[in-house]
Amino acid sequence: MSAVWRVKRGGLAALYMLPILFLGGFYLYPLVSLLRVSFSAPDALQAVAALNSPGIWRLLWFTAWQALLSTALTVLVGLPLAALLGRFAFPGRGLLSALLTVPFVMPAVVVAPAFLALVGDEGLVTGWLQARWQLPRLEQTLGLILWVHVFYNVAIVIRTVGGVWSTLPASLAEAAAVLGARPGQVLWTVTLPLLAPSVLAASLLVFLFCFTSFGVILMLGGPRYATLEVEIYRQAVHYFNLPLAALLSLVQLFFTFSVMVLYTRLQARLSRSLRRQRLRLRSPAGLWGWLAVAAALLATFVGVFAPLVALAVRSFTLGDQGGTWVYYEALGQNLRQSAFFVPPVVAIRNSLLYALLTLAISLPLGAIAAAMLARPRTRWAAVLEPLLLLPLGTSAVTVGFGYIVAMGPLRAWPWLAPVAHSLIALPFVVRVLLPALRALDQRLREAAATLGASPWRRWWTIDAPLLARALLVGAAFAFAISLGEFGATLLIARPDWPTMPMVIYQAFSRPGLLNYGQGLAMSTLLMAVTAASALLIERLRLPGEEEF
Amino acid sequence: MLELRSIHKSFVAGHAVLRGLSLSVAAEEIVCLLGPSGCGKSTLLRIIAGLEQADRGQVLLGGREMNSQPAHQRRMGLMFQDYALFPHLTVAGNIAYGLRMQRMPAAQQRARVAELLALVELKGYEGRAVDALSGGEQQRVALARTLAPKPALLLLDEPVANLDRQLREELAGTLRRLLKQLRATALFVTHDQEEAFALADRVAVMRAGSIEQIDTPAALYQRPANTFVARFLGFQNLLPVCQDPQERSVLQTPVGEFRLCAESVAGQRLLIPPDAARLADEPPGPHAVRWVGRVVASTFRGSLVRVELLPAAGGDQPLCFELRSAGSVWPAGTELALWLDQTRLRLVAES
Amino acid sequence: MVRLAKWVRGSRLFFKAIALGCLLAVLVAGCEAVGVPAQEAGSEPATLVLATHDSFAVSEEVLAAFEAANNVQVQVLMLGDAGEALNKILLSKEAPLADLFFGVDNTLLSRALAAEVFVPYASPLLAQIPDELKMDPQNRLLPVDYGFVNLNADREWFAAAGLPLPQTLADLTEPAYRGLLVVPNPATSSPGLAFLLATIGTLGEEGSLEFWQALRENDLLVTDGWSDAYFSHFTVGSGGSGDRPLVLSYSTSPPADVVYAADGRSEPASVNLFLPGSAFRQVEFVGLLAGAAQPELAKKWIDFMLDLEFQSEIPLQMFVYPANPKAVLPELFVQFAQRPPDPVVVEPAAIEAHRERWVQAWVERMAR
Repeated sequence: MSAVWRVKRGGLAALYMLPILFLGGFYLYPLVSLLRVSFSAPDALQAVAALNSPGIWRLLWFTAWQALLSTALTVLVGLPLAALLGRFAFPGRGLLSALLTVPFVMPAVVVAPAFLALVGDEGLVTGWLQARWQLPRLEQTLGLILWVHVFYNVAIVIRTVGGVWSTLPASLAEAAAVLGARPGQVLWTVTLPLLAPSVLAASLLVFLFCFTSFGVILMLGGPRYATLEVEIYRQAVHYFNLPLAALLSLVQLFFTFSVMVLYTRLQARLSRSLRRQRLRLRSPAGLWGWLAVAAALLATFVGVFAPLVALAVRSFTLGDQGGTWVYYEALGQNLRQSAFFVPPVVAIRNSLLYALLTLAISLPLGAIAAAMLARPRTRWAAVLEPLLLLPLGTSAVTVGFGYIVAMGPLRAWPWLAPVAHSLIALPFVVRVLLPALRALDQRLREAAATLGASPWRRWWTIDAPLLARALLVGAAFAFAISLGEFGATLLIARPDWPTMPMVIYQAFSRPGLLNYGQGLAMSTLLMAVTAASALLIERLRLPGEEEF
Repeated sequence: MLELRSIHKSFVAGHAVLRGLSLSVAAEEIVCLLGPSGCGKSTLLRIIAGLEQADRGQVLLGGREMNSQPAHQRRMGLMFQDYALFPHLTVAGNIAYGLRMQRMPAAQQRARVAELLALVELKGYEGRAVDALSGGEQQRVALARTLAPKPALLLLDEPVANLDRQLREELAGTLRRLLKQLRATALFVTHDQEEAFALADRVAVMRAGSIEQIDTPAALYQRPANTFVARFLGFQNLLPVCQDPQERSVLQTPVGEFRLCAESVAGQRLLIPPDAARLADEPPGPHAVRWVGRVVASTFRGSLVRVELLPAAGGDQPLCFELRSAGSVWPAGTELALWLDQTRLRLVAES
Repeated sequence: MVRLAKWVRGSRLFFKAIALGCLLAVLVAGCEAVGVPAQEAGSEPATLVLATHDSFAVSEEVLAAFEAANNVQVQVLMLGDAGEALNKILLSKEAPLADLFFGVDNTLLSRALAAEVFVPYASPLLAQIPDELKMDPQNRLLPVDYGFVNLNADREWFAAAGLPLPQTLADLTEPAYRGLLVVPNPATSSPGLAFLLATIGTLGEEGSLEFWQALRENDLLVTDGWSDAYFSHFTVGSGGSGDRPLVLSYSTSPPADVVYAADGRSEPASVNLFLPGSAFRQVEFVGLLAGAAQPELAKKWIDFMLDLEFQSEIPLQMFVYPANPKAVLPELFVQFAQRPPDPVVVEPAAIEAHRERWVQAWVERMAR
């Protein structure tokens, strides 16, 4: 009997080892290998001297400062939208929530021209506005960087906070109102404190993304702005100063780690067990309610969708000849008889395949990791929690070079891509699952146990259905992350395994309107595929979900 | 104090939840809305508190119309069925919440919290987390939180429903004592008639969005206005009845004939209260009538035994009675000869 | 798709749907993983691994001809832009990623040679290549193609504005040309760096910085990369939505405007602008990697790259000039992709030694 028990305990421990092994093998090991190679260079010690230069500290200061500002703005913009999607029913709600994940996948190389077309010096909006009022130019300013950071990351806030918001018991806010709290006071004293853990979790993810921001800073900020990530890239790639790049990577990691420790402390203080319930979504109340919804939708459209729409429109109208399919047709034609030509269907298929593999890796591993972290006292948690988040705060070039040094024959393996995508997707899955898991009523599992369910069946029949919504949100993020192929510099590209972002990069690297148009057309296809996948995931329902 | 004038409400068009409901509650009175689930009683409470808007009708408090007042300006205390305690605040933080909204100085808040905790017998609980409390403790914290801002009117939604039976009876008593001690005006809803009788000065029985009958518990028990009210109060013996064409004071029922003066019995049923029967050799009073039945089932209830009988004379209409216990139950098939007190019989309108 | 969603929802199969999809993906991945070694083994064609940067291109026909002639399968690995690609090669010195590497340019030549990852190969075809392109006397890196980084101008824009094209670098700092030029960042892009090197070669270190500062005061726009500058801002490249009629690009960009025209034009809208001392020559090299698994095949590939078949399609595949002068240039190149008369030459060793200092000085001057 006790032997069986021990075996089962062993099985559980082995299960828990999986995420740790994954992170150890595909993140820590390459990272440490690169650091070892870097610091064993003969003049490695000179790099340390660079830490004394004020430039480095200015860089760190700007990096942290813009990330903080971007995060605050993103939360500020995201909260009303989270309320909108989490609380109200209105026509097009599902579509809106699916479309909001689209910016998330757009490569910076595509987003930058989209924004410039809108608010650049000769942009559609700014050109018109500046003709009437003396507006400061937006191009190459911090303002534009912040806007684009909000554009990219607002979906994180909306999805994580909106999910929790839709399950807050309505009676709490009503109780506060009856006790004399004005709507603003209800928000401030009851709703926001209850949402705080999810707001904090979303903020952390947004902060890490902005902290390691690269393409946005380079393409929209102009030469005046540089983050630590940019400097690491410059040192590693342009000057091949690996010791300094490694040292800066360590600084970045240290900073990320400190932020995470702070986060964990805060989160522990803020977390409350909350009986959740699925709310019936209401229609907005009265004229003012509808006006508020309309205003939020308009703001979303201007801030998030307008650049994307401008981009899609351009893919049909580029070159002043009215509507044309020529760029889409060109995607399917091998104009140069190139050996590396791929029909768009193949690129789409590969991207979807990678995204599904990313799901296959990150959902189970994320669920295991979240289950582990949700246990009241576990020694694994202390190791796993920071480890899970570190990949988000590590520069892509560091991990990419790490793979080259450490991965041996796996380096050129096309399936390394979904593995790398999973490193970024895992923190999302875990962050989204953890609050839902912690709010689960322990008694339900106990009830299932007394009815004869094994731990595995308990997870499958009780936890999984109850975590349905969180799992779906996690799946949507993992899918989108993979489709957008974050950190294109990370891996070795195989022209025989092209993905949509690869086709876009290729098209944007050669002069000629047809190339530019093909890039825009493929970007539009990427948007469409992302929106369609998000919509599909959104529409899936889990068994038993209707019941609560 | 509180007056409701023909309140109408429907969430889905054509499906009314409240249909023209009117009710008034006097100052310092405790009124209970009793009704099955889905009869609209919680909706009514939410309309009074300002959490829902009535489609038509008026809510007046102390003579002032409240319809356009938002919930936070109504000065009403609403205690939720699930208590709705704020999980991010301590016991003291919960109780002081309404005071904070009134911008009461912190020292006064503390004093008032201590006062209320003493009132609900939870002295020293200030710093506790609410999710660490037992059900009964949570109920008392919720009550203290509702009472703290001294609301003009207390609204309680199934105040003791979530508790176990013994605690429920105990707390119902405590609650009434407390409310009377504070001279509070209160309106509460429940689906449990025992709870309603134990707490209320007057009970309003609701059915499908309107009030069927409103009266003191005793009057209600003695003269239920119709069969719905009677059934909801727990009366089971409601017999179809017709008058003897010759002798109008003789009422014919499936279980036998009874004497009762009545103008007409059209559209009415005969109610025989369960405690109207006695097991005795001699008639207990001048209007007692002999009735013999065969036991179908009997349940031991301590001082009483509940028996279900079919008339020995034949027929399939059972009657239920509560009889003084002889210390045991009767096996099925036993014939019992009972005396029925005909003065206790009532005619009740069919609904 | 909606019907699919309905089916999935209708049968309440979320997990099964996702699990099925994932399983399918894993299966395909598994087959592929098993499939590759199966192809490598046996008497099937050997595999030659060519590492290169993202801009490498070759036609199907030419590649197939090489594969058939040598019973080999060429596996191409794209390692990022030129800088990233070379660094990945240097990092994998102990366990080479490939048999050979194409894409070292003259700004990176010294770094590549110093790392000792390439082994000499004196290809017989080197005899046909002009000496000025051969920069490594030991033939560890062999020139394959070259191109020029220089300014392009929007011919029609200048004609419409009635403004003469600028004639010298100094003209660019004149008020008449204010706000007309867009340049990729020398700190983050290789054409940007090439232009900085050209100005340093022409004006000297200090003179160059002063020139750049004057450009900045004349509302120069610096973008992150070449594609930003060319597609988002250059009036020709952006299809009319850009606002800068002068761009730093390549002398081969104008023919691309015709080859990749969406409207079938026969003459490019942009022209090369060869201001004295502004053009920089980039030469690209191929090299055999030390520790290559297939050194003999790799040598054949190098010969193949230098031979006429491959060289002749370089112009329209990669939009640069073939190193082999015997290769026939397409008509478009002859007409529109002129070669600058006086390209600036900066020694590779000097570039490697001073690159960081020069770029840093530029960054500081431009941020000031």
